[in-house]
Amino acid sequence: MFGLNKKDTTLLIIVAALCAFAPFLLNPFPEGSDMAQFNAGYPDLMQRFVIFGIFAIGFNILFGLTGYLSFGHAAFLGVGSYAAVWMFKLLSMNIIPAIILAVVVSGLFALLIGFISLRRSGIYFSILTLAFAQMSFALAYSVLTPITGGETGLQLALDDPRILGISQTAQGNIPVPGLFGMEMRDSFEWAVGSWLFTFNFGYYICALIMLISFYVSIRIFRSPFGMMLRAIKSNQQRLNYTGLNSRPYTLAAFVISGMYAGLAGGLMASMDPLAGAERMFWTASGEVVLMTILGGAGTLIGPILGAGMIKYMENIISKINETILHEWFYWMPDGIEDLLVAMVYPFIGKGWHLTLGIIFMLVVIFLPGGLVEGGQRIANLFRRRKAKKDDTKGTTEPAE
Amino acid sequence: MPFTKWEDFMSKSDVTRRGVLRTGAVAGAGLAVPTLFTASSAAAFTNEPTGSSVTLGFNVPQTGPYADEGADELRAYELAVEHLNGGGDGGMMTTFSSKALQGNGILGKKVEYVTGDTQTKSDAARASAKSMIEKDGAVMITGGSSSGVAVAVQALCQEAGIIFMAGLTHSNDTTGKDKRANGFRHFFNSYMSGAALAPVLKNAYGTDRKAYHLTADYNWGYTTEEAVKSSTEAMGWETVNTVLTPLTQTDFSSYIAPVLQSGADVLVLNHYGGNMVNSLTNAVQFGLRDKQVNGKNFEIVVPLYSRLMAKGAGANVKGIFGSTNWHWSLQDEGSKAFVRSFGTKYGFPPSQAAHTCYVQALLYADAVERAGSFNPCAVDEALADFEFDGMGNGPTLYRAEDHQCFKDVLVVKGKENPSSEFDLLEIVEVTPVEQVTYAPDHPQFAGGALGTCNPGA
Repeated sequence: MFGLNKKDTTLLIIVAALCAFAPFLLNPFPEGSDMAQFNAGYPDLMQRFVIFGIFAIGFNILFGLTGYLSFGHAAFLGVGSYAAVWMFKLLSMNIIPAIILAVVVSGLFALLIGFISLRRSGIYFSILTLAFAQMSFALAYSVLTPITGGETGLQLALDDPRILGISQTAQGNIPVPGLFGMEMRDSFEWAVGSWLFTFNFGYYICALIMLISFYVSIRIFRSPFGMMLRAIKSNQQRLNYTGLNSRPYTLAAFVISGMYAGLAGGLMASMDPLAGAERMFWTASGEVVLMTILGGAGTLIGPILGAGMIKYMENIISKINETILHEWFYWMPDGIEDLLVAMVYPFIGKGWHLTLGIIFMLVVIFLPGGLVEGGQRIANLFRRRKAKKDDTKGTTEPAE
Repeated sequence: MPFTKWEDFMSKSDVTRRGVLRTGAVAGAGLAVPTLFTASSAAAFTNEPTGSSVTLGFNVPQTGPYADEGADELRAYELAVEHLNGGGDGGMMTTFSSKALQGNGILGKKVEYVTGDTQTKSDAARASAKSMIEKDGAVMITGGSSSGVAVAVQALCQEAGIIFMAGLTHSNDTTGKDKRANGFRHFFNSYMSGAALAPVLKNAYGTDRKAYHLTADYNWGYTTEEAVKSSTEAMGWETVNTVLTPLTQTDFSSYIAPVLQSGADVLVLNHYGGNMVNSLTNAVQFGLRDKQVNGKNFEIVVPLYSRLMAKGAGANVKGIFGSTNWHWSLQDEGSKAFVRSFGTKYGFPPSQAAHTCYVQALLYADAVERAGSFNPCAVDEALADFEFDGMGNGPTLYRAEDHQCFKDVLVVKGKENPSSEFDLLEIVEVTPVEQVTYAPDHPQFAGGALGTCNPGA
């Protein structure tokens, strides 16, 4: 289907199904129950899952295929957000021009930075991109305050021109981003028994765009261009000796990956029209590296899983506080309750970084291929069992 | 949590949602679709509490540079919830001039709360606030220890139709160019610091002084520098130079050295938190305070002080002037009641961040009681031009034009002989409110508009 082989088509369909049914899958616990704490099916987080999925997919095109570790990818995300918010301020609240400009601007920015940084490879490339991203952050935070809003971030105001739209609504409020009459925050809630599922318009827009991005990424992975990028990863020097100039390929991969980041930034601004400089901080760049490695660098679906995992930890685990812990363990004898709370407490709430770090370490040590490798191992386990059954039936295997 | 039942959704015929109204003029094509996506229009406003409890969202920095302030804010909120629900000794509810609060929750609903970590980053703060609104059904968001975060969350709350009660935020912009109808600030601001400090500095150091500013390179730094500069220049001081320092700077030696060559005899440190602790320590280590310039003693001024900062800077704060919103050593009934109940519960006195957050929570609850509704527009009306007393700052006005509180400002000085690790600042003067009041359209607050209250869906 769509020029994909059977395996990739299946993968695409699985991802599409996951996206479509996310409101159900992420809200498995009934409202008001103790476990409702772990529900993640509210619009903001679902949007973040897919937006950071796009970001990580794009990062993976560069890192997973060429092996170039960019430590400044958040800069493109930030530039995309600023471009989108400026579009909302000047043109209209329709998200299409905003997203287009975000992708174009971040693509140009990536071309500039890539052109300079790609003269070096390995650690030097990483440091160069990190330096550029930190420069962008510092500029956005202070020097460029008139354009970026500085510390407070770029925000919409009641007196923005919005030449194709309206400056303010009839009630005197700032209009919200939309798509031909539909607002991004519009959602429909469906209560089934004590379950509550939220279907958010903005989320489905993001999910649709992520599916398209995912499809494009599969095509790149399977194309001759993708093969060339893999060749660069395995041995760039040998490739150069064959008389091939690898720079245009790496630069193309860098720009494509920067445009993905810009797309993610534009979408973030479309869901929540504010762009802050922290989005470009080096920790944000590090986060996407974590996402990709956690999920499985170089795999198609890995980065999306990694992005989901990190965002889930950040938004759900970080909100569990001591009171909630006491509620969970209230049925235990007092001393043991306090002991348990004291033991669990460092890993939840503000300690979510600690939990994430431990999981990351475990994944890197025991599953170097990321969560995807974990999935494969489990799948292999089943397959092997099946194979054993086949053995007993008397089928013969060819000798090695 | 309000929601549309499937049956309601099937039978619903009128599509009176803001989005539809707004865009009806733009695109007729979209009109057929939106029925599918209209959200909970059964409720009069976002997250209308329907059960026996009401949820408030406490969004404070639990990690990052202001984690200390955040932890203290959270303590204050927990105390406020306890008092609102009728527990403890009632704290400032007993001294508050408005007697609407009964100690039975808010409008008879038990107060519950959710917490989140702003990480002192706008994005993280908004994500956390959004999850409180969308997932936990919070009807009010409060907290924060930085103006960038306050402004970002305030804009979000305006959009979502939720009341935002700002925590510690000192930049003029929060109630200046970035003010919002759904946002309220009890804390004082840069302008007030400048206006309160100037007369004290004049008395202490005279009118013929040359000032050198080191300013944290971000929004709050700019507004504070501008405020202090304009009020000191108005009394005759000369500003020799203003230098911006990166927010992430930890060693200020390279910025301190040129101060001595500049001929200035006062150094103004427009720094907060860790920045201020480091820059002040550097300045003192360089021996600036023992220097004589232009025949006068060299002096250092810190416009915004807090006890937590004074603790960090240790002995270096001795004799240094600054301003603060509130201090636990105040002797009015409100402050005494608050310090007593905070101290009983946690074993040490509250910081100014804790105080402003506690007061904000009580003011919100009181406004809801008086309005008889959680509707943001009703709360807005109840708080606009509301005058109250007994909350530690003397008679206070919540001005309708910009949702800023006007009250006395404290000018403090690092204590020479502190008696304990909390007793680091002494109050030099309580600057009366008239002296720090400004017109809503003052140039330092120009631009931006309050807009109208948004009750949301």
